[in-house]
Amino acid sequence: MTDTQEATAADADDRKAAPSRRSLIGWGGAGLALGAAAAGGAVAMTRVGNDVDPAAAETGAAVAFHGANQAGIATPVQDRLHFAAFDVQTDDRAEFVRMLKDWTEAARRMTAGKAVGEGAYGGLAEAPPDDTGEALGLKPSRLTLTIGFGPSLFEKFGDAFGIKDKRPEALVDLPQFAGDNLDKTRTGGDLCIQACADDPQVAVHAIRNLARIGMGTVNIRWSQLGFGKTSSTTPDAQTPRNLMGFKDGTRNIAGTETDRLKKFVWVGEKDGPDWMTGGSYLVARRIRMHIETWDRTSLQEQEDVFGRDKGEGAPVGKAKEHDEPFLKAMKPTAHVRLAHPDSNGGITILRRGYSFTDGTDGLGRLDAGLFFLAYQRDVRKGFIPLQRRLSAQDALNEYIQHVGSAVFAVPPGVRGKDDWWGSTLFSKEA
Amino acid sequence: MRAARLSVVTAVATVAALTAVTGCTQKSKAEGDGAIKVTAADSTCDTSAKSIPAGQVTLSIHNTGSQATEVEILFPDDRIVSEKENIGPGTKYTLTAEVKAGDYEIACRPGMKGHGVRQKLTVTGSGAAAQRDPRLDKAVASYREYAQEQADATIPKVEVFAKAIKAGDLKAAQNAYAPSRVGWERTEPIAESFGDIDPKTDTRADGLEKGQKWTGWHALEKALWQDKKIGADQKALADQLVTDLKDWQERIGKAEITPTSMANGAKELLDEVATGKVTGEEDRYSHTDLSDFKANVEGAQQAYELLKPVAQKNDKALTAELDKRFAALDTTLDKYRSTKTSDGFVSYDTVTEAQRKELSDAVNALAEPLSKLAAAVVK
Repeated sequence: MTDTQEATAADADDRKAAPSRRSLIGWGGAGLALGAAAAGGAVAMTRVGNDVDPAAAETGAAVAFHGANQAGIATPVQDRLHFAAFDVQTDDRAEFVRMLKDWTEAARRMTAGKAVGEGAYGGLAEAPPDDTGEALGLKPSRLTLTIGFGPSLFEKFGDAFGIKDKRPEALVDLPQFAGDNLDKTRTGGDLCIQACADDPQVAVHAIRNLARIGMGTVNIRWSQLGFGKTSSTTPDAQTPRNLMGFKDGTRNIAGTETDRLKKFVWVGEKDGPDWMTGGSYLVARRIRMHIETWDRTSLQEQEDVFGRDKGEGAPVGKAKEHDEPFLKAMKPTAHVRLAHPDSNGGITILRRGYSFTDGTDGLGRLDAGLFFLAYQRDVRKGFIPLQRRLSAQDALNEYIQHVGSAVFAVPPGVRGKDDWWGSTLFSKEA
Repeated sequence: MRAARLSVVTAVATVAALTAVTGCTQKSKAEGDGAIKVTAADSTCDTSAKSIPAGQVTLSIHNTGSQATEVEILFPDDRIVSEKENIGPGTKYTLTAEVKAGDYEIACRPGMKGHGVRQKLTVTGSGAAAQRDPRLDKAVASYREYAQEQADATIPKVEVFAKAIKAGDLKAAQNAYAPSRVGWERTEPIAESFGDIDPKTDTRADGLEKGQKWTGWHALEKALWQDKKIGADQKALADQLVTDLKDWQERIGKAEITPTSMANGAKELLDEVATGKVTGEEDRYSHTDLSDFKANVEGAQQAYELLKPVAQKNDKALTAELDKRFAALDTTLDKYRSTKTSDGFVSYDTVTEAQRKELSDAVNALAEPLSKLAAAVVK
C-alpha cells in the first residue's frame, strides 16, 4: 500500500467525524485522481507521481500531506502563494515541539480541505472558533504546506532546543551578493511555511491559521503573497511568463523526473545530517523589478537581456521554447546564457517562484517583481555559485534588485498520522 | 430630607427617592407593612430581618453613625438592586425595591466608600434566578469593587488635570494628562458597556461621528500638545470631563458584569492595546501611549486573576500559559520605563518600528490564549 492510499483512507475516515469544507463531489474527484495515479504505478513513495494527473487540478483536489518528501516541492506548481517567515519567541523546547505537532495536525486537516480543530462554527458561544472560517465551502485547491528551518534557529536556540550540533553544513548563511539591497524586515527567519494553492484564499487561510496557532511561540517576521507562478514543474505545460513578459526557467526540473530530483533536489542518505535525508534546501529571494524602466526598454534590448525571443520564448536563433539553446549565439551577459547549467558546471535547481505586486511604492512605482523560490540538494552547490555569477554579470541586473532573502533547511516529509513536522530533528530519539 | 438629585442614570434611585417622600410622611405605615429596619452605624449594619418573601421590599433606614452613609441592596455579584447615597448622620430614609427569590446582601457604607458592612438577605419564593457558581459571583463582586476603586481614585486625578487647564498652566496640564487616564484605561470595558460615556470622554478625532462635538481627553490632548494653547473652550471641556467621569463613577455599581463579560473584557483590553496603543494612534499628540498600554494590561490581569481559581480548575494548561504570557509582557513593557516623564514611560514617538513589533508580538502572544478564558470559565 502506498502513502497516497494511506492518506486517502485516513482522510476518508476522518471526514465522517469532522466538518469538512470540501464538497462531496470535490472529494470524490480527488479520491479518484489520487487512486488513479497510484494504480498507474507512479513512484508512490516519493509522491512525485501522485499529482501528475492534470485532472487533479481541475477538480480542486487535495494533495496528499504524508510522504517521504514534503509536498510543495516536486508537486506541480499551484497558481497562488502565501509564504511566511517566523521568529521563535520561546526557549522552551517542549512548547516549541508542541506547536510543531499542533501545526502538523492543522496542516493535515487544511491540506485535506478540512477546517482546523473543532471547526469555524458550532462550538462554545463564549469562545472564538478554532478555525477562522474563510475557507469554508472552498475546495482543497491542491493546498500544500511546506516547513523549513532557518540558520538562526540553530544559532539562537541551539542550546535551548538541543540542536546546536545539528545545523547542517549545507545550511550556510547566504553571502552578500553584488547589488543586494536587503531589507531587514523582509529577510531571514527562524522558520518558514510555504503555502501554495490554486485558490489564494485557501493559501492565505492556511498561513493565517498556522500563525494564530503559533502566536506567542512563534510570530510572523514577514510574509509574501504571490499571484502568478513563474515556473512549472510539469514538463508539458506552457512555461508561465514573469512580470517582464518573458518565459524563464523553461528547463526546470519536472515533478516526474525522479533521477534529476534525486540528483539535484533531495538530500541523500550520505549527504548528512541524517535528519535531513529526504529533505531539501530552500532559498527565497524577493526580487524587485524596475517595472517602469523595463517597460520603456526596446524590444531588441529586452530580448538580448534574456537571450530569448519575447513571443515564443525560443532561445536566440531557435524556433521553439524547449529547443536546446545555443549559448554562444547569445550575448555574454544574457540571462539564459549565464544561468544555464552548461555555463555553470551542470548546476541545476528546482525553481518554484511567483510574481508579486504589493501595490505601489511612495513614488508611484509598482512594487512588483519575482518572489524567487528555489529548492536544491545543497545551497553551496546550487544557488550560491549561480547567484555569484548572475549578480556579477547578468544584464538583467540593471532592471532588478534583490531586496529580501532567506534560506531554510526543509526537513523530509511527514510519514503518517503519528508523525509530525521536524520529528527527525526534534523527537526524543532524534 | 435632602433633595434627590435627578439624573437619567440613577432612575432606580429616583424611584426610591420618590417613594421616600411617601415613606417619610407615612413612616409608621411603612414599618407596620413589614419593612426591614436597617440601623446603620459607623461600624455596624443591623437589619431586622434576614429572610423575606419575594416582591416589594422596603428598607427603613436610620443612620445612627457620625458620618454620611450609603445603603444598598445587592445581587450576589455586588450589582446594585437599589441604593440610597448620602444619608446624613441622624437622618432616616425609606428605600424600596422589587426583588425576586434569591440571595442578596444589604450593605451599609459608612463614609460612602469601601466594601461596607454586609448583612445577608434571603428572598424566598418562586422565580429565582439560576444559581451561579458562588466563586464566580465572588469574582464578579471583587472585580466590581476594583472598578469602583479605580473610578474613585480617578476623580481626584482628573480634577488635578482640570484645575491645571483652568489655571491655563500648559505644563502642569500635560503632566496631569496621562495619570488622569489610568483608572479609566484599566477598566475601560465597563465604561464602554454604558454606551454613552465613552463617546463623551475618550473619542479620538477620527472616531467622531458627523455632527458630534469633540469632547473629552483627546480633544484636550490635541490642544495641549499640538495647538499648545488653552482657551475658554478647553476650560469648559475640562469641566465637562470631570462631570462625565463622575457620572461614570456613580454607575459602576449598576454595571452588568458577568464572569464571561469579565473574561472577554480582559481580552478587549488587549485588543485596545493591539489596535490603538501599539500603533501610537491612541495618544497621537502626547505620545503617552505606553501609560495607557500598561493600564490596559493591568486591568486585564486583574480580571484574569479573579477568574483564575475557576479557570485553573477547568483548563490548567491555559492558566499556566496566561501566567507566563502576562509576565513576559510585563517584562517587555518594563524596558520602556522612564523616570523623566510624569507617567513613568518613555514617549511613544521614541519607540522604533522594531520595538513596536516586539511589543505587538508580546500583546498577540497574550491576547490569543486570553480569548479562550471565557470558555474556560463557563465550561
